[in-house]
Order: sequence, then structure tokens, then C-alpha cells
Amino acid sequence: MRRGRPLSNFFLPVITLWQRELVRFWRQKSRVLGVVASPLVFWLLIGYGSNDLARFYSGALVLTVMFSAIFSTISIIEDRREGFLLSMLVSPAPRTSMVLGKILGSATLAWIQGLIFLAFAPLAGVSIGALALLPVAAAIFLISFTLTGLGFVIAWSMGSTSGFHAIMNLLLVPMWMVSGSLFPMATAHGWVKAIMWVNPLTYSIALLNHVLRLPNAAPGGVASLAVTAAFGFVLLMASGAMAARKNAV
Amino acid sequence: MIQVQNLTHRYGDRVALSNVGFEVKTGEIFGLLGPNGGGKSTLFRILATLMAPTEGRAAIAGDDVVRSPALVRRHIGVVFQSQSLDKALTVEENLRAQGHLHGLSGPELRGRMASAMEHLGLADRRKDLVETLSGGLRRRVEIAKALLHRPRVLLMDEASSGLDPAARRDLTRHIESLRDREGVTILLTTHILEEADRCDRLALLHQGSIVTEGSPSELRSRIGGDVVVLESAGAASLAAGIESRFGLRPTVTDGRVRVEIPNGHRFIAEVVEAFPGAIESVVLHKPTLEDVFVHETGASIE
Repeated sequence: MRRGRPLSNFFLPVITLWQRELVRFWRQKSRVLGVVASPLVFWLLIGYGSNDLARFYSGALVLTVMFSAIFSTISIIEDRREGFLLSMLVSPAPRTSMVLGKILGSATLAWIQGLIFLAFAPLAGVSIGALALLPVAAAIFLISFTLTGLGFVIAWSMGSTSGFHAIMNLLLVPMWMVSGSLFPMATAHGWVKAIMWVNPLTYSIALLNHVLRLPNAAPGGVASLAVTAAFGFVLLMASGAMAARKNAV
Repeated sequence: MIQVQNLTHRYGDRVALSNVGFEVKTGEIFGLLGPNGGGKSTLFRILATLMAPTEGRAAIAGDDVVRSPALVRRHIGVVFQSQSLDKALTVEENLRAQGHLHGLSGPELRGRMASAMEHLGLADRRKDLVETLSGGLRRRVEIAKALLHRPRVLLMDEASSGLDPAARRDLTRHIESLRDREGVTILLTTHILEEADRCDRLALLHQGSIVTEGSPSELRSRIGGDVVVLESAGAASLAAGIESRFGLRPTVTDGRVRVEIPNGHRFIAEVVEAFPGAIESVVLHKPTLEDVFVHETGASIE
């Protein structure tokens, strides 16, 4: 009976997981505030302080997306050992559909919060016409998807939430700091510049700067899009491979 | 329905399971009884396809848990010791999500959800968020969820732990009716004696090995006669005294001397007389599964 519907066997779990993320999010609306508020405060302080809101806008938006993506994937750690994900691991649903559903769900939440942050764009002097909204929204979604993939890979490889702060402070925040969010690549010191070139997040910030027509878009538009998409794809594949391993817990 | 052969599992140097083998027949309730840390959870995880054993094999309904986990997952419903419900979702939403994971949808899924909730007495709670339910009710939702795809085998890990006695009896009733009504084969792990007593057959798991198996009454009948438990400040010396004087083989656990003996009431009179002042309390009872466990392993189950 189920063998005859391979497509629905793959997509039903994807949809149900995606939906679950949205329903949970809707029931805990206060989470939105928490995720959007801190990058917003940060951006307003540093932006007004340096009298250049525009320069830090893309960085702050990416930080919002990153916080959301990381917070909603970090729940995997607990969820997999004692929680909803356990029943998924013992169901015949393909692990790849579980991965895709979880990443799409969390990415959608990150995207929604990115869009909320987009509402503050006029403060940065950015006005987005109806037509320009489409590529901007698409770029934010792509970045959300990529960072959620990153969150998934980190969460799945961690045995407990105790190492999470270390990862956040030693990997993710520094990665964000040297992505063009705080200073442009052009003025950076040699070795920092080298790190920026290999930092995938640099391309995400550049992509946003391109679609928002903000300055300091160091790598080109096509390169930014290609690297961000490729990074997302690699992370999705890595997540799938990790989740398909035999010893799942 | 379930075959386990020569199963061994090591975590690094530590041996969690050592050459475990048993068979569960279709339509029986089979219990794995043992103390926590005895290897039950490892065995459970292997059967639930969450972990591959270091050596040996296990099969459910003829499909190997390591080589064909996808097929095994169609046969099994799993109730975990920890909750696998999403507390932020309602009962109904949890069940629907589970149905989707098993490729069920539409009227078929709705019908199964309705009948599962009906059978487990959840129909009037279906719109409630799981976080508002009591422990006993949550456990019933877990079972409803595990049964939604009509598995042939239900695996339950310490399913009654954390439940009060009434909720536990309730759970046992549900499991028994499942066996009788649907012919579902049930394997459960437990360290609770009353629960083990309701199983059709039991395997006693101690330090990673199965020490004995049989029906609860069979196991109890292996202990001849009565069990006498003596409480004493000097349990070890009392045991030594009993051994030399009566030629018995008492066991000492937790400051108590335990003697298996026919006509226990006569022994009590003699032993109290023989060791005046050394015995603080005396209990005589028919053998329980705890006694069987002590008899087989020399250790207590608690």
C-alpha cells in the first residue's frame, strides 16, 4: 500500500515537520521578540553611535536569521534523545525527509524573523519597492536555509547542549564578525581578509548588500549567490548523511 | 515474532550485553525484567533499530534489525521511556504527525486516529495540548501514537515508570486488551515487579546477560516452598550461623538474610530460638519475582 506512493512517503513527513515548526512557533510568539530584539538593539546602538545605520544593516539582519536558525536547530540535541525526533527515527519515513522537513521548518521561521527585521530597512535609508521585495525575500530565505543547515550539522554532531555556548561564542559569533558585517573587506588587515574570503558568511552579507543596494558588497553578486547556495547545498547533504548513520542516538 | 541470537554490545571496553538470546512468540506479552543498568535499554534500542549491536543478530517478523531497519520499522510501534510527544501540540496534532510519518493521510488516517483515541479513552481530550495532560494520560497518548500504523509488535521501554499505581494498572489493562483483541505481540522492559508478574513470559536480565526465562509462575515455582527474610544488625554473621547450623544457603542483601525453605513457619521457630536477640524482624512469604531474581543472581532488583 505504501510502496505505491513513494512521493507521499517522502513529502508527507517533510510537510508535517515543517508544519510542526510553524505551529510551535505560533504558540510561542514571544520567541519572535527575543530573536529580533537583540540584533535590533545592537544595530541601533552601533548604527546611531557611528552615525551609519546603513553599513551595519545587512550584518544585523543576518545575525537575526542566524540566532533564529541556531536556536531552533539546537533543540534537535534534546529532541533526538528524548523527544519527538525519537519517534521519527523509528518510523519508516526516510531520514532525508526528516532532515529536509526540519531544515525547511526552521529556515522558514528564520526567514519570517528576517522579514520582520526587513521592516526596519527604511531606518537604514533603504526603500524596497514591491518588485524589489521578491529578490530580497528570496535572498533572505536562501541565507536562512544555509544557516539552518549549519545549525543542523552542529546540533546533530553534539552530544549535549553543554558545548553549545562554546560553539556560539568561539565559532558562530566570530564567523559573523569577520563576514563584512562590522567592517568591509577592503580595509581589513591581511590575515583577516584571508579569513573573510573563505568565510561563507561573507558571501551571505554581500548577497544581502547587493539585493538591498547597499555599499560594501565586496564579492560580486553572482559569486555571493553561488557560494551561499553551494554552502547551503553542502550543509543539506552533510545533514542528510549524518542523520542516515546507523547509530542514531 | 522476535528472535534474538548471541547479541553482544560493547561501549568501548564496557560490555552492556553479553551473548543475549531469546524468542518472543506471536501474541504474547514478553517482559525483560532487571535492574536499571542491566542492559535493558541497550537491548531495547537495538530492537527499535536505533543502534546496531557489536555482534549477533536480532530479527522482528523475520526482518533483520541491522540489515533491513526500514522493514522492521513498519512492523514495530515504539513507546519510549522518555516522552516522544511534542508538548506544544495537541493530542490530535501529535497523532496526525505520527500518521504522516507512516505515510497515512486523509480519511484513513482520520479513522485510525478516532479509533485509537476511542480505545485509549482520549477522545474528549483530543484538542488539549499535551503539556496540560497528566503523566498517565500522556503515556496513553504515546501508546495511541505507537499503535496508529497497526504494528504487529509493540516495544515498550519502562512504559509504566513514573506512573502512580492506578495509572499503572490502567496501562496493564490496555496492554492486555491489545494482545487479546488485536493479537499484537508486546515486548516490554521493566524493573517493576507487579508489571513483570502480568507478563506471559519473562527473561531476567542481569549485568548484560539473561540469567533465566519462563512464565512468572514457572519462575516462582523454582524456589521450593517459602521465603523467610530475617532483619538483623549482624546480617553476615547471622547468615554464617544459619549456614553452619541448618546446612542452608542463605543470601544477604541490604542487611537482610534471606532463606528459601519448605515449611518456613517451622524454620522461623527454630531460627529465633537458635539466635536469641540477633533477629530484629521476621517475614515469611511465598516466592515473588524479586526472590527469583535474588535466587538467580544473588543481587536485589531495586
